[in-house]
Amino acid sequence: MNEHGNRHTTTRQGGTAVAAKPLKRKKVFTETMLSVRDLHVSFKTFGGEVQALRGVSFDLYKGETLAIVGESGCGKSVTANTIMGLLPHPAGKVKNGSVIFKGRDLTKLDKAGMRKVQGVDISMIFQDPMTALNPTLQVGEQLTEGLRTHQKVSKADAKKKAIELLNVVGIPNPEERLKQYPHQFSGGMRQRIVIAIALICEPELLIADEPTTALDVTIQAQILELFEEIQERTGVSIILITHDLGVVAKIADRIAVMYAGKVIEIGEKREVFYDPQHPYTQGLLASVPRLDLKEEELKPIEGTPPDLFAPPIGCPFTARCPFAMEVCDKVHPPTTELTITHAVDCWLQDDRAKNVFG
Amino acid sequence: MAVYIVKRFAMMIATIFIIATLTFFLMHAIPGSPFDEERTSNPTIQANLEKFYKLDQPVIVQYGHYLKSVATFDFGPSIKKPNETVNSLLKRGFPISAELGLITILVAVLSGITLGTFAALRHNGIIDYMAMAFAVVGISVPNFVLATLLIQQLAVNWQILPPATWSSPMHMILPTLALATGPTAIIARLTRSSMLEVLTQDYMKMARAKGLSPARIVLRHALRNALMPVVTIMGTMLAGILTGTFVIEKIFAIPGMGKYFVDSINNRDYPVIMGTTVFYSAFLVFMLFLVDIVYGFLDPRIKLHKKEGDA
Repeated sequence: MNEHGNRHTTTRQGGTAVAAKPLKRKKVFTETMLSVRDLHVSFKTFGGEVQALRGVSFDLYKGETLAIVGESGCGKSVTANTIMGLLPHPAGKVKNGSVIFKGRDLTKLDKAGMRKVQGVDISMIFQDPMTALNPTLQVGEQLTEGLRTHQKVSKADAKKKAIELLNVVGIPNPEERLKQYPHQFSGGMRQRIVIAIALICEPELLIADEPTTALDVTIQAQILELFEEIQERTGVSIILITHDLGVVAKIADRIAVMYAGKVIEIGEKREVFYDPQHPYTQGLLASVPRLDLKEEELKPIEGTPPDLFAPPIGCPFTARCPFAMEVCDKVHPPTTELTITHAVDCWLQDDRAKNVFG
Repeated sequence: MAVYIVKRFAMMIATIFIIATLTFFLMHAIPGSPFDEERTSNPTIQANLEKFYKLDQPVIVQYGHYLKSVATFDFGPSIKKPNETVNSLLKRGFPISAELGLITILVAVLSGITLGTFAALRHNGIIDYMAMAFAVVGISVPNFVLATLLIQQLAVNWQILPPATWSSPMHMILPTLALATGPTAIIARLTRSSMLEVLTQDYMKMARAKGLSPARIVLRHALRNALMPVVTIMGTMLAGILTGTFVIEKIFAIPGMGKYFVDSINNRDYPVIMGTTVFYSAFLVFMLFLVDIVYGFLDPRIKLHKKEGDA
């Protein structure tokens, strides 16, 4: 179809523009450190049960950065909270599936067992640094308490480590700063402290839930650089949750696109940016505002995501999809593996649908 | 900090001065005099008495004398009990009242915060409902009613606790219970609601993400933030407990300040009214001052002084 063709080339250019910075080096990832399989999570509310995750599966390799993108309410943060064991109790519940981290299923751990993982093996960085730090405790205490809880280190050693970390994340006068309170720091500084807190026990996995959304643009760039620097230094794996495709272009190795509680497309950054196969991913990339094109209007994806109280049986994107077919509404598409790394859930990949494009 | 304390101190003096002045003129606005009941005394004796207590002088002169006595904190002898001075009454009665008040506050704060915290942690659970049911009853039932009920049940019917006086720790249980229930209920409700709010904050999620122990999360991270509203009402609550002691002392025949205070007003015992009022208001104003200081310790964002270069 002509329309599709146009759309396709636009996104190609879009990809080039956003991902302007070339990769410094080609990273090769082989060792799986986290695998999420068929994860179903529901929330009980007064209005009924919200099926926030409806079978999320992906792998994370050691040392890579996986970006999870999608619009609000698609289940990005729920995925992060489930891995981290932070689902609200008793409203949120893992209905099915597993999160295997270093051979253990995290969804099966009890609270005490999960506490030995939280902050030690897996750390989380929160969206809003203005509210993520406790206003009544000194930064030094918030920084070292995790370390002092999980490892039997002396106060002096913990302080030494804290000063070292503040140097790493780029906070001047660390010794003095440790005694201060969060309100004495700027937003960017606070996010650096939140990052330092996440790193204090040297975790293997860092989950960053929209780490730059609350920051202004110049600070955003600095924080992203800090992430890259930390990853190079420690080899930590990062799950980056964001709806900002600019951020993704800058630091992600692979991208998982989520929609209505499912991963609908996953692949290496260049695969997803240059060759998006799901109409939703294409729409998402086309909606990024462009400075180099004359078009003045933004291209939104028309419509709204489906109601997760009663999710559709078929593909959840059907109602908004420009290429929707009869089958889309009735049966959920199977996952098609285009390359070893690139997979998509869409009926357009089916052999019988190839002639749709003419 | 020093500047703040000096400023606050000046304000406190001004407040006490205003209270003292108001008390003086209100007292003189009440009809009657200390010698109304003594019908036997003849006019000469009465005149001499009035002269002795300087009651024959114009009100404004009396006011001057009075201010002097406030400033030196020497209110002279009581009119009704000529062999006692106001200061000796205060010295004898206040420690007992203060003991009752302090134990009450301690009990109310500790049990109120504990109850409120557990209610919040078990939000919409059985503990929560029970604690809040208790709180509603505690706030609704006046302490004198509760006192009477407690005496009737525990002291008269079951005879497990002494019904009155203030002579041993056993004697202290009933008056403290009667006086502390209301404040406990208020603190419990307040702690619960502010705790519920704090528990949803991002920094609480962050604390959980660090894998800290539940005890540390609640005590170190949540409680400190949740206690601000509790500290705020401590000031007015102190005033309530203070006046509550008068009633409770009367019911349990406790020889504290309450009896002297109430009697002095009925008898127009001017020096005692003045002395006790000024003393109590000074005490209360000082307590409010302490509450403000505690704020600064609990929440570092509240600056009691302005320092150059602070953001």
